[in-house]
Amino acid sequence: MDSNLLVQYGPALLRGFGVTILCWAAGCAIGLALGFVLMLLRRIEVKPLRWIIRAYIEVIRGTPFLIQLFLLYSGGPAIGLRLEATTAGILGLGVYGSAYFAEIFRAGYQAVPKGQVEAALSLGMPYGGILRRVILPGMLVSTIPALVNMMAILTKETVVLSIITVPELMYEMQTMAAETFASFETILGMALFYWLLVEAVSRLGRRLETRMTRFLSHPSNARA
Amino acid sequence: MKFSVIVDALPHLLGAAVTTIWISLLGVLLGQVIGVLVCVARQSGNRGLDMAGGVYVSFFRGVPLLIQLLLIYYMLPLIGIDVPPLVAAISALSLASGAYVSEIYRGSLNAVPHGQSEAALALGFSSATIWTRILLPQAFRFSVPALVNELILLLKASSLISVVGVAELTRTSQTISASNFRPLEIYLAAGVIYLAINSALALFGTLVERRLQQG
Repeated sequence: MDSNLLVQYGPALLRGFGVTILCWAAGCAIGLALGFVLMLLRRIEVKPLRWIIRAYIEVIRGTPFLIQLFLLYSGGPAIGLRLEATTAGILGLGVYGSAYFAEIFRAGYQAVPKGQVEAALSLGMPYGGILRRVILPGMLVSTIPALVNMMAILTKETVVLSIITVPELMYEMQTMAAETFASFETILGMALFYWLLVEAVSRLGRRLETRMTRFLSHPSNARA
Repeated sequence: MKFSVIVDALPHLLGAAVTTIWISLLGVLLGQVIGVLVCVARQSGNRGLDMAGGVYVSFFRGVPLLIQLLLIYYMLPLIGIDVPPLVAAISALSLASGAYVSEIYRGSLNAVPHGQSEAALALGFSSATIWTRILLPQAFRFSVPALVNELILLLKASSLISVVGVAELTRTSQTISASNFRPLEIYLAAGVIYLAINSALALFGTLVERRLQQG
């Protein structure tokens, strides 16, 4: 590639990368928080509430992310929801992720041994304390691989935001490709870049996983 | 909200949904072929084949589908193959799904007891016969639920091929809402159609799984 091109488009690509990271981080944060709340709400013994949350999860997981984005970004104004592209993108990522995170958390919650919760209850711990000190740490350990996997998937989904004109890396790259008529080279470069990015996220995740579960592999902890 | 808009657009949307369905089916079928080949290559014991397969799987699972799609869309004309967007789209979907399918098969192969292929070897089966008669049929059985799941994922992913102008469900919704200025209604309808197809597939998957478990 021409080094002039890099000088000319470098800043735009860098800015785009910043937007990508911002969307990914904010989307993950919203998704994790919303997913956790959904999981907690789902445990409340009120049937209609459970149905609504279940329907929400099924709808989000059963429809393409792109359609959800279009609904939010193009369909939103019809019901008074006028969002900027980047805001819509972040919100879209968050909502999309929340359904998957909620399911992951649900599995994690169920994996926490019941006896631990009962023991905490019998020791007189309040529910908030049990949640924070007993359930959350247990959940975190068992759900980390799935959470990391989902975050890696969300890294890839940020690319879709370019379609609703969020000025992230893919969008800047397409602008560059169109202006320089060097579509193939640019896209090949981008493919390699994202390959590394997703690989890096997964690697970091695996390291985190070993760190968080290091005490599990200890022989004295082998007895469940 | 005006439901008459949806009613007017419904024939077009349903027609486009059929396109989405057959493209995804074709993608998953070709993906099966690629996936099985890659899986066999990786288990063949040949280091070169194993590495090539590994790179293939890593690339197609690591790079966002949208980029793969554009890559194929711009690459084929460059090497002299001028293809319609539809062919590029189906190639991208099959290649991506092939990577996931090969991993599904790899997992299922591990579930086939090792003693079976050893017994077959001892009885003088050729390795091709072991693959086609013993390993693959069982691996297929074990992987049916995951494969139905893969079809659902591909059906959702196929919305991305709207970008290269294939008139499937998402593209058609875009075209219609651009002309009647009713994106909310149209995209809602499209979402419901996607959901209906995927729910039907999921139900089908459960039925097949139950049937396979019976015998």
